[in-house]
Amino acid sequence: MCATPLLEVRNLAIDFGRGENATHAVKGISFTIADGETVAVVGESGSGKSVTALSLTRLLPTPPARYVGGEILFNGRNTLTLSGDELRPMRGKQIAYIFQEPGTSLNPVFTIEFQIAEAIRLHRPEVKDVRGEVVRALDLVGIRDPEKRLGDYPHQLSGGMQQRVMIAMALACHPKLLVADEPTTALDVTIQKQIMDLLRELKGRLGMSIMLITHNFGIVADIADRVVVMFRGHIVEEGKTADVLRNPQHPYTRALIDCVPRLGQKQRRLKAIDHAEIEALLKP
Amino acid sequence: MTDTPLIKVEHLKVYFPITSGVLQRKSGEVRAVDDVSFEILRGKTVGLVGESGSGKTTIGRALIRLIEPTDGHIFYKGEEITRLSAKEFRPYRKKIQIIFQDPYNSLNPRLTIADIVGEALEIHFPRMTRLQRRSRVADLLAKVGLKPEHLDRYPHEFSGGQRQRIGIARALAVEPEFIVCDEPVSALDVSVQAQIVNLLQDLQEELGLTYLFIAHDLAVVEHISDFVLVMNRGKIVEAATAEEIYTHPQDDYTRKLLDAVPKL
Amino acid sequence: MTSNLFRQILQRPTGVLCAALLAVLYLIAIFAAVISPYAPSDQNLAKTYHPPTGLVWHDGRLCVRVYKLVDPTEALYRAEPDRLAPVHFWAKSAPYKLWGFIPMEHRLFGVDSAERIYLLGSDSTGRDVFSRLLYGSQVSLSIGLIGIFITTVIGVTVGGLSGYFGGPLDNVTMRLTELLMAVPDLYLIIALRAALSAYFDSGQIFLLIVGILSFIGWSGTARVIRGLTLSLRNRPFIHAAEALGQTPFVILWKHLFPNLLGYLIVTSTLSIPGYILGEAALSFLGIGIQEPSTSWGLMLSQAQDMKVFMLNFWWLLTPGLAIFVTVILFNALGDVLRDIVDPKLKTQV
Ligand SMILES: Nc1ncnc2c1ncn2[C@@H]1O[C@H](COP(=O)(O)OP(=O)(O)OP(=O)(O)O)[C@@H](O)[C@H]1O
Ligand SMILES: Nc1ncnc2c1ncn2[C@@H]1O[C@H](COP(=O)(O)OP(=O)(O)OP(=O)(O)O)[C@@H](O)[C@H]1O
Ligand SMILES: [Mg+2]
Ligand SMILES: [Mg+2]
Repeated sequence: MCATPLLEVRNLAIDFGRGENATHAVKGISFTIADGETVAVVGESGSGKSVTALSLTRLLPTPPARYVGGEILFNGRNTLTLSGDELRPMRGKQIAYIFQEPGTSLNPVFTIEFQIAEAIRLHRPEVKDVRGEVVRALDLVGIRDPEKRLGDYPHQLSGGMQQRVMIAMALACHPKLLVADEPTTALDVTIQKQIMDLLRELKGRLGMSIMLITHNFGIVADIADRVVVMFRGHIVEEGKTADVLRNPQHPYTRALIDCVPRLGQKQRRLKAIDHAEIEALLKP
Repeated sequence: MTDTPLIKVEHLKVYFPITSGVLQRKSGEVRAVDDVSFEILRGKTVGLVGESGSGKTTIGRALIRLIEPTDGHIFYKGEEITRLSAKEFRPYRKKIQIIFQDPYNSLNPRLTIADIVGEALEIHFPRMTRLQRRSRVADLLAKVGLKPEHLDRYPHEFSGGQRQRIGIARALAVEPEFIVCDEPVSALDVSVQAQIVNLLQDLQEELGLTYLFIAHDLAVVEHISDFVLVMNRGKIVEAATAEEIYTHPQDDYTRKLLDAVPKL
Repeated sequence: MTSNLFRQILQRPTGVLCAALLAVLYLIAIFAAVISPYAPSDQNLAKTYHPPTGLVWHDGRLCVRVYKLVDPTEALYRAEPDRLAPVHFWAKSAPYKLWGFIPMEHRLFGVDSAERIYLLGSDSTGRDVFSRLLYGSQVSLSIGLIGIFITTVIGVTVGGLSGYFGGPLDNVTMRLTELLMAVPDLYLIIALRAALSAYFDSGQIFLLIVGILSFIGWSGTARVIRGLTLSLRNRPFIHAAEALGQTPFVILWKHLFPNLLGYLIVTSTLSIPGYILGEAALSFLGIGIQEPSTSWGLMLSQAQDMKVFMLNFWWLLTPGLAIFVTVILFNALGDVLRDIVDPKLKTQV
């Protein structure tokens, strides 16, 4: 492993809005992702996971967002201070995204072939047989009869298929860092497993690093090397996956893991996090 | 109560044409739902699991007539509702409702919560006054754990879990008997997911609702369902009680599903 | 939504500036008859190509210089050093009708009828360029608004319906728009204009031109609206409304339209310049607005004269400046609106 990590985030702070009613979405977080490493980011809804992910290549609309402090070093270069021209080639080619909302991230007026082909042409101009590459990409994410599906528009696909098209598009660029924001929410476990295997394979072959945002602890256990737990804009716990899952230190992490429903252990009610309780625990 | 199931589906088929070329000629078809039959008893929850793209949403949408079935029959309390005209189907829109997977896109971003939930009342209870409607919406919000001061806010001011509650309130507004829940918790974090599942169960007890619960998380389905259907490529490959599916899976695909569940 | 948009414009300096200047321009156009010292067709053959009259402050009141024609062949005027004509405010004038129905006998300012005030000089028949510029703005500024209104109504209706219902309707309308877009604009305009003009008088020609421009313009709007509708159409909130039994018309009006509004405001603002320039081009080619009406384009076409360049009658080109400024203002405002409505565009591009 090399000395400088691929990605290093230092004291990153992001606000929405100004003055009194500003939301402090991210409050000074630091973490690193090494070459070829998979880091999972977990945490409740609204804890700042997506905001952190989008900020890596400055995709947040400013305003309302504001980068209040910190730096994001990708290969040693601070993306927060790069110009638009320097940043653009980085998006897609170096850092590719799978966005959280598949339905709204695909363009409704183009076929899926067109959209994936565009990504390939843009980032891998050396590919000759673009159509074949598109078919291969769709096949890799488990879409049946990919040739027949090329001409489909996004609304003709099921939710899970749209999500897989997004994944195919991001992976077709062979990025250095893949930022996957809840990539498998609409997928059943078998496809989920297939996607995770695919990620693992690409990671091995291309040396890709992955930042994986998810609610699914099964996936975390399956693929992540390290876990970062976010709570209200802070990182409250960080460590090796096995350590964090088996022996969570922070009360919030413990509560979160407790909520996971398990097969074959039928309870009358599912456990949910009681926020008052966490709050009480957090008070010294 | 008699034994007529609330919902009975017989040989349901939904095919989508694949068109190609400028003239949009039909060049094939996607058999999204291919000869499916099942029943749902009043007050029960039937879980529907299966691979992505296997036709789960399509079944749900056919039940509430967002798409026309290609063939087959759907009975509601013994009455066939498959070939009703839009006008004849209208009374059933009051009894059959749907909750969507995507909490971010299922609420119109330009309307307030009062308008979103109130729309249902406007359509089906046209004689209500504005004030009555408002107070009824407030009641509904209370039922799903939201507060009256949320009435005049817009969807973007809510978290995913809260939006899902609003979606549930909208479905409840018409006092339905049957609700299609299309992956209502997939996009939510584990804690919020638990809250919503609990809420759905409480509402079922209180109001005697019947659910078709579509999901791909076997653990959640097993938790909430009385009976589980497993779909693969447009067909139902296994139908059994939740317990049986988990302990004695019969079909290959079901076994694959169970095997693929990641272990914590 | 709209009130929110307005507030956000106010937060941006460029937005405030453009909006304010445009508001001033439109106010001037509305009150052109009162503000301008002369009627647009008020000739004075003794004072052709008169340069802008100088303004001086004398004896506590505003006065204009009086000029003498030195050389008629070169239209050379020289100010007479000792003669001044006082400027009267709310001056009595020949009776006219404001907006065609309010009888008036005064204009905002003027000079005694023996002299003339030419703030921006006079043209080949001694008409006041300033007055004509103001009257002309009524045509040039309104053509954009009316044109946009027509294209938007047609575009949204056709695009919205074809996106929402899809199927054969969609097919037919989209082929139709493609057809329209494939026809070269300029030839179509000239052909339509030539075919129809015989039947119209000069007032109706204005409407005809708006009609022609919007007839060509709606197809683009319709296609984009269709695309947006397609994407919205499959959003669950539309399905939810359908599942509640809402009628298609209400769904279009209540759920789709408000979600398109932001986009419509932006594109409208950005395409108004197209209409202003379109009118100018047509009038410049002599197939647009015609005498006795006036417009910026027509004024420019009348300035197509070697004399203007040889003898440096720069003031006859002020309509060009007016067009330029207006177009820039609309474009800048459109950019500000786009940033507000779709901030993503800014960060990603
Ligand atoms: N465009 C925005 N304007 C204002 N606030 C925003 C905006 N986007 C995000 N926020 C706020 O930033 C905080 C973090 O949001 P973020 O989307 O990162 O959450 P998340 O951890 O990804 O949650 P989820 O699991 O629901 O996706 C939230 O409090 C949210 O309200
Ligand atoms: N409007 C449509 N036009 C054409 N094909 C469609 C349409 N809607 C769905 N399909 C096809 O029908 C099949 C079943 O889709 P459906 O949405 O029912 O899947 P699903 O089981 O809900 O999957 P997921 O778990 O991913 O949501 C898919 O192959 C899909 O491409
Ligand atoms: Mg997120
Ligand atoms: Mg589905």
